[in-house]
Amino acid sequence: MDNDARSREPRHRRGWGLVLGVALVSALAAAGATALLVNIFEHKQEARNPFYRVVEIDDQTEDPAVWGKNFPMQYDQYKKTVDQVRTRYGGSEALPRTPDEADPRSIVAQSRLEEDPRLKTMWAGYAFAADFREERGHAYMLEDQTFTQRQVVKQQPGTCMHCHASVYLPYKKLGNGDLMAGFEKMNQMPYQEARKLVTHPVACIDCHDPETMQLRVTRPGFIEGIRTLKAAQGVENFDVNTMATRQEMRAYVCGQCHVEYYFKGPEKRLTYPWHKGLKVDEILAYYDEEGFKDWEHAETGAPALKAQHPEFEMWNQGIHARSGVACADCHMPYTRVGSLKISDHHVRSPVLNINNACQTCHKWPEEELRARIHTIQDRTFAMRNLAMDALVALINDLKIARQAAAPVEQIARAQDFQRKAQFYLDFIEAENSMGFHADQEAVRILAQSIDFARQGQMALRGVPGLPTVQTVSAPPPAQRTTPEVGGVAPGREGGAAPGAAPGRTGG
Amino acid sequence: MDAANGMRGSTLIAIILGLLLGLAAGIGGYTFLYAKGASYLTNDPAACANCHVMQSQYDQWLVSSHRSVAVCNDCHTPPGFIPKYFTKALNGFNHSYAFTTGWFHEPIQINERNRQVTEQACRKCHENIVQAIEGPHRPGQELSCIRCHSTVGHF
Repeated sequence: MDNDARSREPRHRRGWGLVLGVALVSALAAAGATALLVNIFEHKQEARNPFYRVVEIDDQTEDPAVWGKNFPMQYDQYKKTVDQVRTRYGGSEALPRTPDEADPRSIVAQSRLEEDPRLKTMWAGYAFAADFREERGHAYMLEDQTFTQRQVVKQQPGTCMHCHASVYLPYKKLGNGDLMAGFEKMNQMPYQEARKLVTHPVACIDCHDPETMQLRVTRPGFIEGIRTLKAAQGVENFDVNTMATRQEMRAYVCGQCHVEYYFKGPEKRLTYPWHKGLKVDEILAYYDEEGFKDWEHAETGAPALKAQHPEFEMWNQGIHARSGVACADCHMPYTRVGSLKISDHHVRSPVLNINNACQTCHKWPEEELRARIHTIQDRTFAMRNLAMDALVALINDLKIARQAAAPVEQIARAQDFQRKAQFYLDFIEAENSMGFHADQEAVRILAQSIDFARQGQMALRGVPGLPTVQTVSAPPPAQRTTPEVGGVAPGREGGAAPGAAPGRTGG
Repeated sequence: MDAANGMRGSTLIAIILGLLLGLAAGIGGYTFLYAKGASYLTNDPAACANCHVMQSQYDQWLVSSHRSVAVCNDCHTPPGFIPKYFTKALNGFNHSYAFTTGWFHEPIQINERNRQVTEQACRKCHENIVQAIEGPHRPGQELSCIRCHSTVGHF
């Protein structure tokens, strides 16, 4: 009996011990599993967009005001692009005008053609010589394009709509869901017909995915253009929306429109000329290969090219691009609104917002930064004026030469020089940073333009463009046997007869 | 007598074992104290500058914008008890190894794991203000705070 009791006791204690042990282990396991579950739940919550969903937005929501209900701060900033502010070389002032039937606008920007009449000479025979105004904000892009005189003097194609309106949904509607098909159809419509299919200037849906707010490219021109450029760099089948990095996207969404372009072929297909690269030399080489010209110059007959706002191309040549700074970093810098940090959707000149745009990285006083910006722009502008004068001089010479029936080869050579000089100058004239995006490159391009224009003038005078005669070098000092007389060294012009050995004359 | 011999033999072994263990414990303990090992369990920034190779980072932090609100551990360890002490242990080992052997890049560069820990640390305090610009993203595409705000702790 005792034995039984004694043997039962330890078994009893062992039993309880086992129960407790198992309980402890399973308690720990349960706690661990719950901690994991909570962790997973937290991560899933983080992945949802942290904003108050007032309305549902999807890929059919075109109106930025609807997006603005979910993102009121960004929408308020976006509307501010109606502000017209001058900077030293950019922006514009709001000029009143009397609306008429053709053009209901009561405010416009000032005419650049009136500010600098040389532009009319440069673009003689092209629509830009009829009307060209200072730039203003994104809010005006559709209105200004619709009512510019350039629509009156020439029938423009619907291709123009690609950049100046929110075309993402219109393209898809036109192409029955196919963006590319809609793009191709609209290109071949007259502008006024295409105009009826669009409602807004650039809107939220053109850059943002409505589900995730991630940046995306919606413009067929850029999708094809960047694929062409990457192919030229050795990367095949580049699909920008899946392969670009987040920081690259902050430049690509702007590069959808702020580029040089042309309308290719009878289909007027919007094409970015990046088949050989982004530099102006490479773009010109492409146009030369294609035998493309925008128009024949009315006064000289030169096959002229028009450059349009190549900000993306120029920015790519500069130090900021090389340092990984994208368009949005300066033109839509992060700004604090209340308790939130958001990208500033008031897209404008960073000169008007130096603190947010520049001082995050460049920690120097605003005055110093502004002075630096203006130094760069003043120098570029001075070179631009030189190039403008050189071009006008060439155009005038060509006019005279044609009237005087100069030799055909001379005229052709001079016309080619005008094509080059004009395109290079226009590349900087049409670019909206006055050199800031890539200051050395801008001055290089203008210097080349001046050189082309002067070479063109020399060609008309029968002087070869490039020197074919080796420049005569000064005689080495050892061979001088007589001292300089009258300030003229022996062997130089004015002292020696041609061909005389240096040092033998004079004295 | 055999039992006594046996006991003396095993006692001898026991004593020798005890001596060796004691020696190890003593030398180890003294090394631990000499190297200020206990300080690494604290949050004291001066502990991170025990090794003078970290002196310039410590000096810069003393005059930085975050000197009154964040110490080294606040930015260089993740939130949560276990993650924090695991990171401390991992870095402790790596630091000791690198510094003892001298096999580390000069100037000192943060490794990828610690860089990510630091990026996440900004969000410990600044989560609310940046929630609107974080957004969902592909892996590896998170916004980098320290790319622009590289001087808030030390250069």
